[in-house]
Parts: sequence; structure tokens; C-alpha cells
Amino acid sequence: MSTSMTGKVAAGTADWLDSRTGIGYAVKGLARKIFPEHWSFMLGEIALYSFITLLVTGVFLTMFFVPSMNEVEYTGPWTALSGSQMSEAYASTLRLSFEVRGGLLMRQIHHWAALVFMAAIVTHMMRVFFTGAFRKPREVNWIIGFVLLTLGLAAGFSGYSLPDDVLSGNGLRIAEGITRAVPILGSYAAFFIFGGEFPGQDLIPRLFTVHILLVPGLILALVGLHLAFVFLHKHTQFPGSGRSNENVVGYPFFPIYVAKAGGFFFIVFGILALMGATMQINPIWNYGAYDPSPVSAGAQPDWYMLFLEGALRLMPGQAEVVFGDFTVPFNVIVPGMILPLLLLGPLAAYPFVESWVTGDRREHHLLDRPRNAPFRTAFGVSLLTAFVVLILAGSNDLLATHFRLSLNDITWTLRFAVFILPAVAFSVTKRVCLALQRKDRELVLHGHETGRIVRFASGEYVEVHRPLDEHERWLRVQHEPRRPLVIAPAADARGVRRPGYRADRMRQRVSELFFEDRVEPVTPAEYAAAQDHAHPALQAAHDEPAAIAAGARPEV
Amino acid sequence: MSTVEKYDENPATPARFTDPGVPEHHPRRGDLDPRQNKKSERIVLGLFALSTLGTLGFLVAYFALPVGGSPEGIARSNLALGLGLAFALLGIGTAAIHWSKALMNNHERVEQRHVMASPPAVREAAVANLTDGVKDSSISRRGLLKSALVGSVALFPLTIAVPLIGEVGENWNVGALKHTMWRKGLKLTVDPSGRAIKASELEIGSVVHVIPEGLEETPHPLDEKAKAVVLLLRLDPADIKSEQGEGWSYEGILAFSKICTHVGCPVALAEQNTHHLLCPCHQSTFDIADGARVIFGPAKRPLPQLPITVDDEGYLVAQADFAEPIGSSFWERLR
Repeated sequence: MSTSMTGKVAAGTADWLDSRTGIGYAVKGLARKIFPEHWSFMLGEIALYSFITLLVTGVFLTMFFVPSMNEVEYTGPWTALSGSQMSEAYASTLRLSFEVRGGLLMRQIHHWAALVFMAAIVTHMMRVFFTGAFRKPREVNWIIGFVLLTLGLAAGFSGYSLPDDVLSGNGLRIAEGITRAVPILGSYAAFFIFGGEFPGQDLIPRLFTVHILLVPGLILALVGLHLAFVFLHKHTQFPGSGRSNENVVGYPFFPIYVAKAGGFFFIVFGILALMGATMQINPIWNYGAYDPSPVSAGAQPDWYMLFLEGALRLMPGQAEVVFGDFTVPFNVIVPGMILPLLLLGPLAAYPFVESWVTGDRREHHLLDRPRNAPFRTAFGVSLLTAFVVLILAGSNDLLATHFRLSLNDITWTLRFAVFILPAVAFSVTKRVCLALQRKDRELVLHGHETGRIVRFASGEYVEVHRPLDEHERWLRVQHEPRRPLVIAPAADARGVRRPGYRADRMRQRVSELFFEDRVEPVTPAEYAAAQDHAHPALQAAHDEPAAIAAGARPEV
Repeated sequence: MSTVEKYDENPATPARFTDPGVPEHHPRRGDLDPRQNKKSERIVLGLFALSTLGTLGFLVAYFALPVGGSPEGIARSNLALGLGLAFALLGIGTAAIHWSKALMNNHERVEQRHVMASPPAVREAAVANLTDGVKDSSISRRGLLKSALVGSVALFPLTIAVPLIGEVGENWNVGALKHTMWRKGLKLTVDPSGRAIKASELEIGSVVHVIPEGLEETPHPLDEKAKAVVLLLRLDPADIKSEQGEGWSYEGILAFSKICTHVGCPVALAEQNTHHLLCPCHQSTFDIADGARVIFGPAKRPLPQLPITVDDEGYLVAQADFAEPIGSSFWERLR
């Protein structure tokens, strides 16, 4: 009886809503939409859910935080700072940590969620990159994701600076130093940001607006767009039996992903809550209020800024030059402005470069196994390697104190490593990919090793190989071989040079760089040939195991 | 027409294997055994119950544990509230996921994709609509109107941009970056107490963090301090190899700007034996016995030296402001 009541109410509500919004169309189209399943598709979800966690905990924090640089005397319960002068921003952060019940928990969850948010974005981007999910028609969504990454950096840095403690204040001073280094406009740019000289009175209120309105507003809008595109394009899927470029195999959004993705939100939030409960982060009461004079050794920015910090540390000072009366501090410009462009620019441009190189204008909904795109995989690993070397450089002082090494030696080593290791990583990764492709061929042609050694009457020993089943085989042969571009010759039959040859030749050269070294998937013809060449006796043995017992004695 | 041959049209591409199709579905234990099914249901129920307990625990902790400002109280409250919240959330999350994995229909389904591009007929209709719109607006025949539209729309943002840019940098007096409040006769005082320093009280090897006298009375003490902080050190005069100006030190007492010439961190670490100053941010290292020359790291220029002497009563005072702008480099610093 009660169920029919609920049914009636639900039908009534649905009728009311649909008559006014036509939502029936959306529900019909989306409720049973199919999504494929793979663990790596959850990385983006982690980013989304930590962002929601940031919004929830962030709203809580704004109720108590006072974005003001006015000086006040501290009178709260933290006796270590009693009577000292500090900004209202710092004092209110102390109050929300020590006097607001649950305030410290919300602050710690918020900070952990920011670190996890950035980590999830980066790993999600790695997944998209290494599987080629950025290819047509998803290039626009790749760019949106890239913008989200940079907005994430801005959100993180602006938020980290708000409490106005010694650590974040020194971070801001570094930001001012980098801004000042911009040729011609540097000091004006610094005045623009700080409302005059450093630190001034305006920065915290300005950062507050950036942190709670501008950046999260943009992130929210772009996340909406990002997800809308995921629905519109239908999710990519990994190759496998029955998965093609024209279909999507998986489970319906309602109820499976409503339960799984909805549940996963609670898990991500729950784990962040666990981190906030048990792991202290950014104990600003130990650092003290911002003062331009003190600084602590071994200070580190949040992890996603470490690569910039590392680059600043590695760049030798000799790069600063003076032209006439004008100073151009390349020792700051190169690591602070040029290097981020060098690291992030290729990442943003990669989908367009690859589609230019391949001349491929088709849609791609089936993901690549990273080994099947050796150049791309190697390029990605090489970029990541540079990123990791810079992160290590950003922690060179901690490396020195923890491992009792000379700071100067570490810095010098990393100055070389930042150039050498990415090149090494490129070459090694490419070789590993090609080797894995060969391994795939080997498996398809000759099957799994079984560990069973058979001795024949003639005295010959042979290991029995078990052929792959059709699903195992399909995974390893489904991809199409990629070859360098073939272009029309420079001159036609009558010896007339054609226009556009040079551009084509250049494109061909790049294409050779991408695809010259390659291992192609096994073809049915090669497979058939391999079966014919298999040991004839073993072939018989495989077909009729009983025959072995008669002729030879299998031994292990 | 592209002269580039696409690889998918490559005639050499050999015949391919064929897709064996979606593998056969394997039922779960719970699909076959009602007892297993019932057990999964009980697990989901238990997880939801765990979540409710977490919420209740959170509420109990909120009301029962005052924070009271003591570190132990805060730590206790944070842990109890956090664990309550975590259980409340993780219970719901694991319950929903276990429900979907163990109890919901898990037959894979196949959906067809469609090309993103709209069909040619739709494209033609879209283009026709735009052409009609342009014709209706008559914009192509009224060139002046078009220019007026573009011009006025391009100009109006100035109403927001001009006052914003005008006001956002306060007085735009970037020349202030080149000077500090140090001037002739201003006493060197201890940071933060403001006590004046006698040359006689400094032993060889001592290091003092210094601010100018009267810093707190200035309109913006932090802005002034950010430029004027000084590190005062006394070396054995015999150890001093060079300094930045003749007679800028007093009996082995040297004063240097504490603001790093790289990107402006305070250079706070002094090594007594080697006379080295190290910036903890990016490890620029300066040799104070040799005019604060850079001996390692990303800074190019030495820390500017503050010329000092003593007044009649023996207190350390500045001879003048720094001879060059302190802190990180900027375009017009030498103008």
C-alpha cells in the first residue's frame, strides 16, 4: 500500500516537472547511457570529488576567515603568540583552528583535498595522454582539462597564501620577485598585484576574491563543460573483445554508475576526512604571523609548486644580464616564466601535433595501449621525468639533510640531470614499448609458456606452449599498424616540381621520428605460418596428449 | 586535395584478425545462490548502519568535547570529529559500491556511437539560417553601422579597465622600490625590540637582525621593514678581504641587506666559520668577508652593503641609504 502511495507521489512530481521542463527527454536519453569500466577512469572522478569536498569545506572556512591585513594584537588561547602583532587574516585562521569546533578539521580536510585534487588532475591527465584519449573528437576537452590544471595551480597558490603566516608570506615574496623580473613592466606588474609595495594592505583581500570567487567559479564552469563533453562524446573504452570504435560496452548510468560514482564520492570525501583527522597539515601556529625578516630552513611549497621552486633553485645566477641601464634577470625569467611554458606548452599542443603528424582525421573512441604508441609514451615519460627532476631540485635541501649529502653537489648533479634524464627516459621508454610489443607478437604466435618440458623418443626436449584464447589474442592484434607518411614525389612524371613538397617532406620527417621504429601486430597470415612451422611432433602431442605417453615420456 | 597519403588507405595493409565479440557473461555466486545474495544484502545494511554510527559519534564528540584552546583538547576534538565524519562517509560509500557490485544486474550492454559531425543536410540548413539572418540584419550593406558597432563595443570596456588599472596599483610610484628608510644618522636597532646597538657590545662572530630606528612609527611598518631589514655581523677585521665601499664598515662590523638579490627571501642563515650567508629559499650563498660576493646559487648580485659608522655615544648608525636598490632585480633598477 505504501509503495503504491510512493509511486503515485513520484508520478505526480515527475508529471509536474516534465510539464514545465520537458525533462523527460533528458531522462530518456541519459538514464541508461552506457559507460565503460576501468579503474583508471576513476582518476578524473577523484579530482571532481575532491573539488566538491573543497567547495563544502571552503564555504565552512569563509564563515570564520577574515580576509584583512589590518594589524591586531593576539588575545586568543594559543599562549605562544599571546600579545604579538598579526594581521586579522592570521588571527582569524588561528581562531578557526583553535576556537571553532570542527574548524581545524575543516581546514585540514580543505588543504589535503587541494593536494589530492592536483594529484588527481595530473594522474588523470597522464591516463588521457598515455592512452591517446585526447584524439579527435576530444581535443577541445583536452584543452579544457589543461586550463583546469592551470586554474588548479592558481587556486592552490592563492589559497595557500591566505593565512598570512611566515611560510606563505615568503612564498608571496618569491611571487613578487618573479613578477618584478618581467622586462619593462615588472615593477608595475608587482604594484598591480600588491596594490603598491610589498606586502602592502591589499593582497590578502584580493587573493581572497581570486580564491573563493574567480578561480572556483571558472573551475566550476569548466568542470561542467568538461563533463558535458564526456556525455556528448560517450566515454572512450579500452580495446578488447567486442569493443570497437563504433560502440561502447559497459553498464548503464542508472543504477550502476549512480551507485558506483555516487558511492565513490563518499569514499573520496571519507578518506580526505580520515586524512584531516589523523595527519597534521600546515600548522600555521608554529610558523608565526608574517614578518619580512624571519624565514625557516627546509621550507617547501605544496607539491604542485615544487617544480617551479626547483627550477628557481637550479638556474645559475650568471644568467642575469644588464643591457645599458636595463636589468634583465634571466636567472628568474628562465625558470619562472619560460620553463613552465616549455613544460606545459607541448602538453597543451600535443593532440594537434600528433594529428598533424599522422594526417589522421578520423574519430578515435578506442584507447591505445601505451606500448602501441611508443613515441607518444616515450615523450610523455620524458616530460614527466623533467617534472620529477625539478621536484627533486625543489627539495634539494631536504635531500641534503636527510641523506647527509652536499647541497652543492646535489644542485650540480640535478643541473645536468634535468637535461640528461629526460633524454634517457625517452629512449628507454621507447625501447620498453617496442619490447612489450614484441612480447605481444611472441605470445600471439607461440602461446604461453607452460613450464612443461617434453622429451621425445629422439631425445629432443621441447617446451609445450599453450595457445592464446581468442580474447587474449584479439587484445594483442586489434590495433592498426602505424607507419610513417608516404608522400607524393617532388616532381611529377614530366619532371615538374610540385608546390608544397617541402612542407610535406618536413611532415614526413616528423612522422618518421614518430613511427620509423615500430613493431606491427601479428596478421592472420603470419599466425598461420607460425602454426605450420611449430614442431610437428609437438603439434601432434598438443592435439593428442595420449600420444606422448606412447612415444615419449613427458618430464617436468 | 592533400598529397599526403593516409595510412588507413595504405594498400599494403594486410588482412586483419576479426573481433571475437563480447566474452560470455559469468554469473556471480550471489546470482546462483540465494543465501550468498542475502549475505551481500546484510553486508550493505551493516555498512549503512556503520555510517549512521559515525554520524552519531561525530555529534557526541561535537557536544562532549570542548576545544578549550589547549593543544590536547584541540587534538582530541579534531581526531574524534574527523573519525566520526570519515566513518559516516565511508559507510555510505562502501555500502553503495558493494550494493552495485554484488546485488545489481551486472550484464554488460552495448550501445552504438554516432559520428560527432552533423549530417550534411543539417549543416546546409545551419548555413542557410545564418545567411538569412545576415540578410535580414542588412549588416553587409551598411558598412558604417558595422564599424560603429565594432568601435563602440571595443571601446566600452575602457570604462572598467581605466579606473581599475588607475587605482589598483595605489599611486604607481614604482620609484619607491629604489629607496629604503635608511638615511644618514639613523640608528641600527635590534629586531624586533627596537633597542639601539653599541659597537662595543658586539663580539667577533656575532650576528644581529637589525631594523631602522623608528620603524614602528612609519605609516606602513611592514612595507618599510620588507625593504630595510639588515643583517649585522662582526668579523675579525683581518678576515675582511673586500667590501663594497671604502669605510662602509666599522672595526669589522658589517651591515648587509637581508633581502636576497635573487627573488627577495630573507637571507637568514649565517655560517660563522666560513663567513657565508645562505638563503634558505633557493640556496644562494654569499661571502660576507668578500663584499657579499655570490659564491653559489641562483643569485647574481651581492647583497647590498649598508654604510655604517658610530655616533658620539658609540651607537651604530647608518651613513646613508643603500647605494643601490635592495632585493630582487627589476628592469629599471639601475636608472
